[in-house]
Amino acid sequence: MSGPIQFTCPLPLAVKDRIVLGHGSGGRLSAELLRDVFLPFFHSPILNRLDDQAVFEFRGARLAFTTDSFVVKPLFFRGGDIGSLAVYGTVNDLAMGGASPLYLSAGFILEEGLEIETLRRVAESMGRAADDIPVEIVTGDTKVVEKGSGDGVFINTTGIGLVPEGVRLSPALVRPGDLVLLSGPIGDHGIAILAEREGIQFSTDLASDSAPLHGLVAAMLAVSLDVRAMRDPTRGGLSSALNEIASRAGVGITIEESAIPVREEVRGACEMLGLDPLYVANEGKLVAFVAPHAAQSVLAAMRRHPQGHDATLIGAVTDTHPELVLLRTPFGTTRIVDMLPGDQLPRIC
Amino acid sequence: MKYLDEYRDPALARRLVAEIRRSATRPWVLMEICGGQTHTLVKYGIEELIGERVELVHGPGCPVCVTPLEILDKAIAIASIPEVIFVSYGDMLRVPGSRSDLFRVKAGGGDVRIAYSPMDALRLARENPQRPVVFFAVGFETTAPANAMAVWQARREGLRNFSMLVSHVLVPPAIRLLLDSSANRVQGFIAPGHVCTVMGYEEYEELAARYKVPFVVGGFEPLDLLEAILLLVRQLEEGRAQVENQYVRSVNRTGNQAARQRMMEVFEVVDRNWRGIGPIAQSGYRLRPEYAAFDAEKVFGVEAISAPEPPECISALVLQGLKKPVDCPMFGTRCTPATPMGAPMVSSEGACAVYYQYRRHTAPAGAQA
Repeated sequence: MSGPIQFTCPLPLAVKDRIVLGHGSGGRLSAELLRDVFLPFFHSPILNRLDDQAVFEFRGARLAFTTDSFVVKPLFFRGGDIGSLAVYGTVNDLAMGGASPLYLSAGFILEEGLEIETLRRVAESMGRAADDIPVEIVTGDTKVVEKGSGDGVFINTTGIGLVPEGVRLSPALVRPGDLVLLSGPIGDHGIAILAEREGIQFSTDLASDSAPLHGLVAAMLAVSLDVRAMRDPTRGGLSSALNEIASRAGVGITIEESAIPVREEVRGACEMLGLDPLYVANEGKLVAFVAPHAAQSVLAAMRRHPQGHDATLIGAVTDTHPELVLLRTPFGTTRIVDMLPGDQLPRIC
Repeated sequence: MKYLDEYRDPALARRLVAEIRRSATRPWVLMEICGGQTHTLVKYGIEELIGERVELVHGPGCPVCVTPLEILDKAIAIASIPEVIFVSYGDMLRVPGSRSDLFRVKAGGGDVRIAYSPMDALRLARENPQRPVVFFAVGFETTAPANAMAVWQARREGLRNFSMLVSHVLVPPAIRLLLDSSANRVQGFIAPGHVCTVMGYEEYEELAARYKVPFVVGGFEPLDLLEAILLLVRQLEEGRAQVENQYVRSVNRTGNQAARQRMMEVFEVVDRNWRGIGPIAQSGYRLRPEYAAFDAEKVFGVEAISAPEPPECISALVLQGLKKPVDCPMFGTRCTPATPMGAPMVSSEGACAVYYQYRRHTAPAGAQA
């Protein structure tokens, strides 16, 4: 054969005409959907901040307001269920704005044929979760859709919370030199759910980390108000949370691979399925950006709290590679930690 | 973690890196065949570590990337048929065909399911006797035994609603194509450890003898690859062209006999199209005539679907080591994993995608996203 081999390649699919599952993954597709479909029509400077919660002044008080929908399958899983998750998820979104929760609403979309007993278990779990926090579920709604139009139970919760005097958390406040703290091992929720789903059979004792974070946040803010921003790395995992902050604050973030705690079971499952724990969902962890002088005391406060017992310093904010998250490997090399373009899919071999 | 941490030990890695740097007295160009190996090399930045003298070229061993357009179009056509349950490995769902992809078929109401094993598809066929269940059997020699087993089992059970869309490709014919090219720069190969687990490495001994090129069967962890690189550099420095086996914990010379036997019972070798490369003689598998009842192309009458691939990207030059992914003017701008212009940007194991994911911060200015 003479000359280089002539290879050819296909044109891309430019058309983006339908919702695909990746739009719900919390990665780049979700961000595009928000930017291209919703923001042009919803004219709100508060929404445009794209925080996990809206924080605004109302008659002298600073209120946090947020909403979240829960479509988890299976409804009951090791370490939690859709009911408690729906309470904690919204409480955590409020907490990431520094707010303590005041009231919740609960909306239910139920599929025809759902057993009442199942719904009762979900409601009982929600009630218990709300009592423990404590937060009151003060209003709600129920709709039923035809069999096949839903998947048992979908829940939406909306929450309102009060931001204490002097607390101001926003990605916009993050600046080079800030340190990055993580409250504990990552990936537990996503892998626990995956393990219970049909078709993926491997044995593990791993439980979801589903838990409320408002107590941990309060403990952190009690030692220093120089916590600049917080995120709970839910869908899209730690990588999405860090990338969101990097892009919102226009800063670079460098993290140390060896400093990020990952349980053996999670690592094992990820190795087997070809997943990266950095992209796997958490439901009871937070990542905090803290001014350098306050980092040690905040870290100590986290470790004293049961939800932050395994907290670690994982990295720092820099001005050298804006809007890029880099990870230093134990080999001394660095690589990019990107936002996922869509769903994280298991590799085939 | 046992059996993983040992192969990711930074101190041992430093020792191997130093040894590679010491051993290489001249520039050498090596190719790793398998996309899994590319992924590890780029993820850990191993190219950065081993120095300028040893250049790594990323081979065509990403099954997702090389699955031809026409097979994707066939998959999309079958999956779009109401009643069909179409079962696939997850990363095939995102790969664009001519006009659509399996994710879109799913979004449009098609019953497309992700599985981790063809046995899951077999189970679905048993549970849904009224519905045709089709498994998308792609991959190299690695995934072929399990797929062969599923078809064999289906025939034994008399499962009439199970079939398979087969697009298996084989590694040695692709290496032969590269080595026959006058533009070839590759002087030594890391042979794919998982493929050799099934097939053994006798085929590579023939290649080494014929082309006077060394091969080292390598694993997938950073230390596996560093050791394989060191063994190749030593062979090249000493003027040897042999097959050595670094991945001894998994590979022996004759491979997995039981698996090979089942594959040969079920599959036969045919010419195959490779996406981004074109037709390669005797480079793939299809079902043998006695398994025609399980051949989804025949069952659903999609054999005639063909799809020309318009010339667009420089994957040819990338896969021959004549260009790096970051040398492409479209890299990271018009061509990203979300909008792939060509095969190597499609899967997480494709050379361009893995560069984009982990190393685009090292790209020259102007080529960055």
